[in-house]
Amino acid sequence: MALELNESLQKTIDGLSDQFTDKLIEVYQSTGDTFVRIEADALVEVCTYLKSVHHFVYLTDIVGTDRYTSDERFEVIYNLICLKNQTRLFLKVRCDEESPVLTTVSTVWKSANWMEREVYDMFGVRFNDHPDLRRIFLPEDFDYFPLRKEFPLLGIKGSIELPNTTPDTE
Amino acid sequence: MGLESALGEGYLTTKVDSVVNWARANAAWPMPMGLACCAIEMMAFAGPKYDAARFGSEVMRFSPRQSDVMIVAGWCTYKMSHAIRRIWDQMPDPKWCIAMGACASTGGMHRCYGVVQGVDNFLPVDVYISGCPPRPDAVLHALMKIQDKIKTEHSVMLDT
Repeated sequence: MALELNESLQKTIDGLSDQFTDKLIEVYQSTGDTFVRIEADALVEVCTYLKSVHHFVYLTDIVGTDRYTSDERFEVIYNLICLKNQTRLFLKVRCDEESPVLTTVSTVWKSANWMEREVYDMFGVRFNDHPDLRRIFLPEDFDYFPLRKEFPLLGIKGSIELPNTTPDTE
Repeated sequence: MGLESALGEGYLTTKVDSVVNWARANAAWPMPMGLACCAIEMMAFAGPKYDAARFGSEVMRFSPRQSDVMIVAGWCTYKMSHAIRRIWDQMPDPKWCIAMGACASTGGMHRCYGVVQGVDNFLPVDVYISGCPPRPDAVLHALMKIQDKIKTEHSVMLDT
């Protein structure tokens, strides 16, 4: 299917395919948005390139996905906005179940710091060179990653503590 | 006073239990534990239109040490449960608890790992209110149920 791109997005896609010919896996459109999937090892270069050359200065969100496949199980999606041209671009990278490791983009956008912590908290995807990769919502001693498909809906009994109902009365 | 003119000359006999229970039942001060949208209905319950003052419960006490009834209004996470239990433990006896709405009673639509599936997992709940959120009338009804419960309790013990 031919892509319907406006001028600035066309320029971005052309620039990406020129600069990162062998790192670009696919470009497609769905429900009016444009998605670009790239090799995980080129993530930081592509992000730096998009920010400095194509003005994608605003990282709206980072989302994780558990595709539940045997290879490249996890997908991390970066939602980018160019404030200058009012365009939105989704950047996707995938990583394996055995070593779900990506490189942080908090060196490019500071807002990535907490978003990557959230992806780590929910899916267990680790980000190399992250300044402070801790759990952000769940307790530090929690042993599971709740948005992975194998995690039961109601959680694992006893994994998060309930308050003591018989407080000591002296 | 009106009582003397109604009774005329003479005296009245009753039980200490009844007097204490009558006093307690009509001065059940709520501890509002508003956690979500149910809290809005709880505010309406205290406001002039539904007028909890008719039942002696108009004084929302934000200090646990001055309150008798805790109204848990909304969904409770595991993280919040510790704070709620701590406030509950600070309330002086005798005390009662209302689980207001589907979420506080059973977890409601929040069927997930982070939300406690009913506050009765860590609180002794006396009255459950159905609804999402319940109308203020339902909260009044729950309060009347609490009053009924107080009136049938043995409040005075002979210390031998």
